[in-house]
Amino acid sequence: MKARKPETGTRMNLRSKRRLVNRFALGLSLAAMSFGLFWLCWILYTVLHLGLSGLSLDLFTKMTPAPGSPGGLANAIVGSSIMVGLATLLGTPIGILAGVYLSEYGQRSLLGFATRFINDILLSAPSIVIGLFIYAAYVAQVGKFSAMAGVFALALIVIPVVVRTTENMLLLIPNSLREAAFALGAPKWIVIMRVTIRSAKAGIVTGVLLAVARISGETAPLLFTALSNQFWSLDLDEPMANLPVTIFKFAMSPFSDWQELAWAGVFLITVGVLALNIAARVFFREQAKS
Amino acid sequence: MNMLRSTKRSVGLLALATLAFGGQALAANELTGAGASFPAPVYAKWAEAYQKAASVKMNYQSIGSGGGIKQIIAKTVDFGASDMPLKPADLDKDGLFQFPTVIGGVVPVVNVQGIKPGDLRLSGALLADIYLGKVAKWNDKAIADLNPTLALPNQDIAVVRRADGSGTTFIFTNYLSKVSAEWKQKVGEGTAVQWPVGLGGKGNEGVAAFVQRIPAAIGYVEYAYAKQNKLSYALMRNADGQFVGPNDTSFKAAAAGAEWAKSAFAEILTNQPGKDSWPITGATFILIHKVQAKPEQGVEVMKFFDWAYANGDKMAVDLVYVPLPDSLVKLIKSAWAANIKDAAGKALWGSR
Amino acid sequence: MNIGIGGAPIREGAAAGALTMNLPRKKKSSAIGDIVFFNVSRAFAALVLIMLGGIIVSLLYGAWPSIERFGIAFLFRSEWNPPAERFGALVPIYGTLVSSIIALLIAVPVSFGIALFLTELSPTWLRRPLGIAIELLAGIPSIVYGMWGLLVFAPLVSEYLQPFLTGTLGQVPGVGALFRGPPIGIGLLSAGIILAIMVIPFIASVMRDVFEVTPRMLKESAYGLGATTWEVVRRIVLPYTKVGAIGGIILGLGRALGETMAVTFVIGNNNVLNTISLFAPGNSITSALANEFAEAGQGMYSAALVELGLILFLITFVVLALSKILLMRLGRHEGAQT
Repeated sequence: MKARKPETGTRMNLRSKRRLVNRFALGLSLAAMSFGLFWLCWILYTVLHLGLSGLSLDLFTKMTPAPGSPGGLANAIVGSSIMVGLATLLGTPIGILAGVYLSEYGQRSLLGFATRFINDILLSAPSIVIGLFIYAAYVAQVGKFSAMAGVFALALIVIPVVVRTTENMLLLIPNSLREAAFALGAPKWIVIMRVTIRSAKAGIVTGVLLAVARISGETAPLLFTALSNQFWSLDLDEPMANLPVTIFKFAMSPFSDWQELAWAGVFLITVGVLALNIAARVFFREQAKS
Repeated sequence: MNMLRSTKRSVGLLALATLAFGGQALAANELTGAGASFPAPVYAKWAEAYQKAASVKMNYQSIGSGGGIKQIIAKTVDFGASDMPLKPADLDKDGLFQFPTVIGGVVPVVNVQGIKPGDLRLSGALLADIYLGKVAKWNDKAIADLNPTLALPNQDIAVVRRADGSGTTFIFTNYLSKVSAEWKQKVGEGTAVQWPVGLGGKGNEGVAAFVQRIPAAIGYVEYAYAKQNKLSYALMRNADGQFVGPNDTSFKAAAAGAEWAKSAFAEILTNQPGKDSWPITGATFILIHKVQAKPEQGVEVMKFFDWAYANGDKMAVDLVYVPLPDSLVKLIKSAWAANIKDAAGKALWGSR
Repeated sequence: MNIGIGGAPIREGAAAGALTMNLPRKKKSSAIGDIVFFNVSRAFAALVLIMLGGIIVSLLYGAWPSIERFGIAFLFRSEWNPPAERFGALVPIYGTLVSSIIALLIAVPVSFGIALFLTELSPTWLRRPLGIAIELLAGIPSIVYGMWGLLVFAPLVSEYLQPFLTGTLGQVPGVGALFRGPPIGIGLLSAGIILAIMVIPFIASVMRDVFEVTPRMLKESAYGLGATTWEVVRRIVLPYTKVGAIGGIILGLGRALGETMAVTFVIGNNNVLNTISLFAPGNSITSALANEFAEAGQGMYSAALVELGLILFLITFVVLALSKILLMRLGRHEGAQT
C-alpha cells in the first residue's frame, strides 16, 4: 500500500500556483477596468472643461448663428433628435426581426448565411460610404437634400449593429429554455417572442443603445444626405440642421464663438447619450420586474 | 412588452411623424446652396441678415468646392460655390455661369523660435523649394539670403500642408506652379495634389494646429486663421519684386489688376502685378445654370447676391474677407442680365 | 438566470409567463401565427440582405472606371497623384490594417479584463454604473476623439510615450525598428491607440452581456470542483461564449476599420510608405475617403476613392472568413475533448 504523502510538495505548489495565477488574472482585470475608466475620465474632463463654458439657456432657444452674432444650437438639437429618433425607430425593428430570423430559423439556410456574412461586412462600412449610397440611391433621384435621406442613412448604420447583437444574444439563450416552452405546448412564434427575446432583452437593448450612441455622433453620413440647415426647419423633405455637422463646421472654423458652440454641442451629445443609456436600462429593468 | 405590439406601435408612430412633418409644402422663399468652405462664414452672415431683411432663408452648407460643382450639375441645389473657377469650356459643357463674390488670401505661417509675425521674408521660388523638399533646413543659404538680419536655427523644416482637398490648396499650388517651373512639372496644381513632403493637417484648423505645436514648422492657411490664431505669417515677394504682408490693401491690390470681363470671370488672382499686391490671393465663385429650370429660384439667388453686394461689405470685412470693387459688381450684374434666362429664352435679370 | 434541476428555468419572468400566458387552443391559429412570423422575419432578413447588397453593387458601379484602369496593381502601388490621375491604394491599406491591428491588440485584452471585472469581481451595486460608464465611451462623438487626440493626446504621446518606447522596445533587435523614429506624436501609433479606446466599449459591452448569460449551473459545478475564478472563466465561460465573444470582437473590429473622424485628425495623412516605424505618419482608407471625396471631381479621382471603399469591404471579408475558420477549428477541438 502506498504511503500517503503529506499535503506538501507538488500538490501544495500546484494549489498555490493556481491561486497565484488567479490573483494575477483578477489583478489584471482590475487594471483593465481602471485603464478604461481612466480614458473615459480624461476625455470627459476635456469635454466638460471646454463645453461647460458654452452652456446657457440660449443654447436651447436660439438658432445657429453666423460668426459674431449671438445664437445657440436649438435647430441642430431638434434636428438631430428627430433624425436619430426616426432612424432608430426605422432600423431597430428591421434589425431585431432579421436577427431573430438568423438565430431561430436561419442557422442552416442559404439566406441566413448570406445575410449574416454581408451584415458583418457592412458593420465595418465607413459611414461616409453609407451616406454616398443614400445620396446616389435617393438624393440624386429625388433631386434634393432632405432630412428623410439622413434618416435612411442613419438607419442603415443602425441595422447591422442591431442584427449582430440580436443574433448573438439569442444564440446564447440555452436551448433548454426553448424546449421547456415547447414542452408546454407553445407554438414557435410565441416561444420566440415571449420567452427567447424576453430573456435576451438586456443584450438586445445594449445593441440598440450602442447603435444609437454611434449614430448620434456621425457626421459623414449626414453630409451628403440631410446636409444641414442654418435655419429652423421641421420639414422632412428639406435639409435639416443637425448637431454633428454643425459641430464639425464650427469646430474647424477660426471663430472662437463658433468653437465654443461646437464644444457645447459635443457636451450635449455626450450627456444625451448617457441619459438615454440610463433611462433605457432603468425602463427595461422595471419592465423585467413587472 | 409584446414585440409585435411594440413594432406596430413604432411603425405607426413613424407613419404619423412622416405625415406630420412631410406635409409642409416647399416654400418659394427657401434657397439651398452648397460648396466651398472658404466663404461659408460670410455667406452665413449674409444669410442671417437677409432673412431679417427679406424673409427669405438662404441655407448654405460647406461640402467642399468639388461637392458644390457636383451638386449644381446634379441640380440638387439652387447654386454651387467653388474656390476654383471653372474654365469656360467646362462651364459650357454643363451650361453653367460663374461669378465671384469675395476675395481672400492664403498666407504662409511659421513656428520658429524668435521669428515674429511679419519678420520672415520669402519668395515664391523659395516657398516652392521648401515644399518640394529641396530646401530642408531653416538656416539654408536661400532663406538666409533673403533674411540677413534674422537668426535662423539649424533645424529641419517641418512642412505642413493640407490633407483634404480644398480651394485653399488650389490657390497655393496654382501660385507655386506660376513661380516654379519645377513645381509645375513635378506636382502641378489642384485642390489635392501629390505632396512631395509634409504632414497633412485636416482643414485650415488642422494645419494651424500642427504649425502651432510642431517646432520649426511651416504651413499655409487662409488669412482669417492666421489672424485668429495669431500665427507668425511671412512676407512674400510679389511679381513686382516688393515684399508685402497679407492685409486688406494687398488683397484688394491683387484683385485690381485682373481682367474680369475677358475671361468670363474665371480669373485666378495669384502672382498679380502691382507693387502692393499679395501674390497668393484668390476669389471665390458662385455657379448657377444659364437656363433656369425653376426661374423663381434663379431670380431669388440673384436677388440675394445683389443685396449682399450692396449691403454686405462691412460684414465681409469684419470676417476678414475682401469685398469686390464696385466696377466688378456692375460687370457681374450686366452679365446676369445677358446670360441667365428661363426655358423660353426670356432674360431673368432684365428689368432691374 | 437560474437553471434548476433538469434544466428548466426557475426564474419568475420566463417560466411563469409561459405558464400563465394565453396559449391559443386551436392548432390552426398557432400554425398561422407561426407561418406569419416566419415569413415576416424572413422578409426582413431578405430586406437587410437586399439593402446591404445594394450598397456593395452601387459601390462596384462607382468604382468601375478605376478598377478598369488600374486593375489589381491598384493594391500594390503607393502613388496617389490626383492631378495626374495616377492612384494606388498601398498606403491607405497599410495604414488601415496597422492601426486596426494595434487597436485590437490593445482593446481585446482590455475589454476582456473589463468584462471579467464586471461579471466576476465587481460588487453588485457597482456593476450597473460601471457598465454604463464604459458604454459612455461609445457615446462620445468621434469628432471629439479626433480633436482630443490632436490637441491633447498627440503632444503627450510625442513628449512621453514615444521617447519611452524608443528607449525600451526600440532597443530590442528586430522588433525595435517599429518603435524608432522622430517623435512627432502624429502617426499610426497614435491613431491605433485612439481607435483602441473607441473600440473598447463595443467589445467590452458585448463580452459582458455574453458572459452574463453563461448558465450558472455550469459555473457552479466548476466552483464545486474547486476551480478558481480565473479557471472558471478560462475553461467554462470563455468556451461557452466564444461565438458571442468573437462576435463582439468583430463588432469592435468593424468600428476600428470604419472609423473616420478620429483617425483622420491624428494619422498624419501622408501618402508615403518608406519606413516600418509605427511613429511615422500614414494614411487610412477612411481618412482618405473623408478628406478627399468632397473635393474630388467626377472622374477617375472619385472612382479611385470609391474603389478604396470597396477594398475596405474586401479586407473585412477576409477577416470575417478567417474568424469563421478560427471558430470552426475551436469548435472541432472542443468536440474532440468530450
